[in-house]
Amino acid sequence: MIYLTRRAEFSASHYYHNPDFSAEQNRRIFGKCNNPHGHGHNYTVEVTVAGEVDETTGMVLDLKDLKAVLEAEVLELMDHKFLNKEVPVFATKIPTTENIAVEIWGLLAAKLPSGRLHRIRLYETDDLFVDYYGE
Amino acid sequence: MVLLTKRYRFSASHRLHNEGLSAEENSRVFGKCNSPYGHGHNYIVEVTVRGPVDAATGMVMDLGLLDQAVEQEVLSRFDHTYLNLDVPNFEGKVPTTENLCVEIYNLLRPKVDGGQGSARLEKVRLEETSSNSFEYSGADNAAAATREK
Repeated sequence: MIYLTRRAEFSASHYYHNPDFSAEQNRRIFGKCNNPHGHGHNYTVEVTVAGEVDETTGMVLDLKDLKAVLEAEVLELMDHKFLNKEVPVFATKIPTTENIAVEIWGLLAAKLPSGRLHRIRLYETDDLFVDYYGE
Repeated sequence: MVLLTKRYRFSASHRLHNEGLSAEENSRVFGKCNSPYGHGHNYIVEVTVRGPVDAATGMVMDLGLLDQAVEQEVLSRFDHTYLNLDVPNFEGKVPTTENLCVEIYNLLRPKVDGGQGSARLEKVRLEETSSNSFEYSGADNAAAATREK
């Protein structure tokens, strides 16, 4: 079994707000992330695929295919977007880094040409990242 | 279940020296890390917590509370100290980065696991230099061991 990781970057803005909370609660729980017009990050997503090395190609999967899936499913949807307003799933779900990572897993897991999705690692900044293993 | 990792930095000095060994043995075992007056590093500590994503907040853990725990238990204790002499944690224990990593894990575990919310401490990874790092997930974390396979 080999683990292959491909990295991609996208830039997006978001803010944290739960309509069920009062303005005061939103401010207390989310702090400056609650600023209503949002703020941005350069996100780095690392997609790790587990699989066996194909004997004829020496590869777990074709990196071109992985790049294409990542671009079509994730970057196209999220790059240079205000996640709360422009990505439908985040109309009702707060676009925290945790929730974005879980969402990216859902977008990619069934679309891989071969191999099995092992991990989504999403960096919000160099000093903060989340890992999701699908469960 | 999502794992969330945050990086923090502190600077400290240490000397690797075991009173139970002869001067010659200390020098042989610890090499230049045995230099008598110690030497320093810029440490980077990565703290990983795990837990379900809270439906109301979208978060695994309140990062403000994690910052507070790390500040109180790790940074204020170790930053700009000589680990051998300035902190009681290394009385009778060599302040290798292995031991420091385990110490940090043990200091944070009750703060994270006993805090409000359902996050649990998953792992502490400590970088001594960009080439050397150490990880500790506790003696009882079978899930972490499985995940790394």
